[in-house]
Amino acid sequence: MLLDIRNLTISTETANGKVNVLDKVNLQISEGEIHTLVGESGSGKSLIARAIMGFLSNRWHVQADRLWFEDTDLLNLTPKQRREIIGVDIAMIFQDAKSYLDPNLTIGEQLKQAVLNQDLSGSFWQRRKERQQKVVSLLHRVGIKEHDAILNSYSYELSEGAAQKVMIASAIAHRPKLLIADEPTSTMEPATRQQIYRLLAQFHARYGMSILMISQDLGAIMQQTERLTMIYSGQVMENGSAEQLLRAPQHPYTEALLDTSLYRHAKMQPRSHLPTLAGAEPTLQHLPVGCRLGPRCSYARPACVKTPALQKYRGTQYACHFPLRIEEDES
Amino acid sequence: MSILLEVKDLAKSYPQRVGFFRTRLFHALNPTSFILEKARTLAIMGANGSGKSTLAALISGAATPSSGEIFFAGERLIAGDYQQRAKHIRMVFQDADASLNPHLTIGKQLEEPLLFNTSLNSNQRRERIIATLQQVGLLGEHMVFYPQMMSTGQKQRASIARAIILKPDILVADEALATLDSSVRAQIINLLLDLQSKLGIAYIFISQSPEIVKHMADEVLIMQDGDVIERGTVADVFTNPQQDYTQKLLRSELSNNPTGSTVDTASLEK
Repeated sequence: MLLDIRNLTISTETANGKVNVLDKVNLQISEGEIHTLVGESGSGKSLIARAIMGFLSNRWHVQADRLWFEDTDLLNLTPKQRREIIGVDIAMIFQDAKSYLDPNLTIGEQLKQAVLNQDLSGSFWQRRKERQQKVVSLLHRVGIKEHDAILNSYSYELSEGAAQKVMIASAIAHRPKLLIADEPTSTMEPATRQQIYRLLAQFHARYGMSILMISQDLGAIMQQTERLTMIYSGQVMENGSAEQLLRAPQHPYTEALLDTSLYRHAKMQPRSHLPTLAGAEPTLQHLPVGCRLGPRCSYARPACVKTPALQKYRGTQYACHFPLRIEEDES
Repeated sequence: MSILLEVKDLAKSYPQRVGFFRTRLFHALNPTSFILEKARTLAIMGANGSGKSTLAALISGAATPSSGEIFFAGERLIAGDYQQRAKHIRMVFQDADASLNPHLTIGKQLEEPLLFNTSLNSNQRRERIIATLQQVGLLGEHMVFYPQMMSTGQKQRASIARAIILKPDILVADEALATLDSSVRAQIINLLLDLQSKLGIAYIFISQSPEIVKHMADEVLIMQDGDVIERGTVADVFTNPQQDYTQKLLRSELSNNPTGSTVDTASLEK
C-alpha cells in the first residue's frame, strides 16, 4: 500500500460551531495505480490532497486513524522530515498552472530550482552544466521540443497547455512515487486536455508512477483511470475499480453523475430533457444529518438520516442503505 | 420562419505594434455572414483564438466592427446604440462569479437593465424581477441575496435571469456551461431548452464541447483563425464533416467514452 488513509476527518470552526467538512474519508492507493477522486466543486476533494501534502493552515483540524505514506505517518512530521517527502516522493500539480508559477523568474530558473543537488552526479564545478542538461531533458520528456524559447520566457508568456507541461516537468524532476493531479485540465480546451492526459498516462506506463487524479467530470476521466472514489459533500459514496463502477454502480450518486456526463448526452435524443440531480450541493452551514446526499436523492427513505457505513461488495465499497443493484435477500 | 438576425460581411481587425513605428492589422475575424431564425439555436465552435468570442462580442455590441453590418428583423443595428440593442440581444458569460457584481444584491442587479431600458415603476419592476427569478428556477426571496450567498448553479441561473429580464429575442452564451459541474450543467441545459420552447428565444451558443452542441443546436459554424471553414445543420456536419480540422475538433471529445480505445502513449513518443 502506497497511501493509506483511514477515517480522515477535517473540521473547521464556523459561526455555527465546529463543522466536519470531510467526514471519515477512506482512501487506499496501491503502487502503480491511477486512482481518481470524483466529486463536484466544494465536495472537499482538494482538501484531501492538501491534507496529504500538509498544505492546510491552522484553521483546519485534521484527524485520522491512519494517514500513512508507505511507512511514514504524515500526521506527525517535523517540517524538515516533511520536506524530505513532499516534492521528492509526493509531487502535486494544480488546476491553474500559470498562477502557481513564479511570475518573477523565467521558466528556466524555476526548473533549475526543482533539480536537487542529490540528483546530480558530477563535482561542484560540473553541476551548472549538468543542471542545465537535466532541465532541457525534463522539458523534452513532457513533449516540449523548442526548449530554448520556453526556458527564457516568463509564465505569462506561456499558453495554458505549455504552463501545465512545465508544472509536470518540475513535479517529475525526482521521479516521485505518487503524483497528485488536482483538476489539471479543467480550464483547458479539449485538444490540450487530451495531450495532458496522454502525458500522465505515459509517465504512469513508463515509470510505474502512481497518480491520484482529482476531477469533477466523471465523463472526462472514465477512460484514464483504474480505480475511482466518488465523494459527495465530504463523504465517500462509493469506491472500486472504474470498470465495475461504470458498468454497475451501486450508489445513486455514481449513477447520477454517469447520467449527467457528456458522453451520455451524445447518445440522447437532441433537445430532450437531461436526467440530473435536483437541487444544489449543501453549504457548510446547512449540512444534512446522516447521508449528505439524502435531500437530493430520489431513492432516499427515512433510514437515510443515519450515516451508512461502507459495505463491501465484489471488490467495490459503497455507503448506501439501499444499493441499486443488490437484492435484499442476497445480502 | 422569419429571419431574426442577419449578419453581413462582419469583420474585426486590431492594430498590432510591430517594431517601434510600424503597426500591422491583426485580423481577428474575417468577413463573415450568416442568418439566424426565431427560436433556433446557432452554435459556433472552434479552438482558442479562432475568433468565436470576437464574433459574440460584435453581435452583443461589446466591440465595434471594422466593417460589415448587422440587421435585427430588417433594422440595422448601430454600434454604440446600446438601448436599441439591449432590448433584443443579451449575453450570458462563462464565469458567473466574475460577471455578477459582488456589491449588489441579485434584485438590484436585475433592476438595473429595467431602469435603463424600460419605463416601469418600482412596483412593476419588482413584479418583473420576481417573475423572472421564478422562470429560471429561483425564488422571489433570492432578490435580497448577494452573489456570494448562492451556489455556482444558482449564480449562473441569476445571470441567465439578468439576460432574459428584458424579454430579448436573442441570447448569446459564450462558453456559459464550460466551468459548471456536470449535474449543474445538465440542470442549466434543461433550463435553457425550457426557456427556448416557452419564450421563443434564439440562442447563439459558443462552445467547445461537441456533445453539448449536438444536444442543443440546430446549426453550427466551425471557425479557424478568423474564418468560417464549415457550416451547416448539426446533423450534417456531425455525421459528415468535410474539413480535417472539423473532424479533429469533433473527435477530441466524442472519442472520450469508455467503449473507445485506451489512451495511446505511442503518439507522444515520436
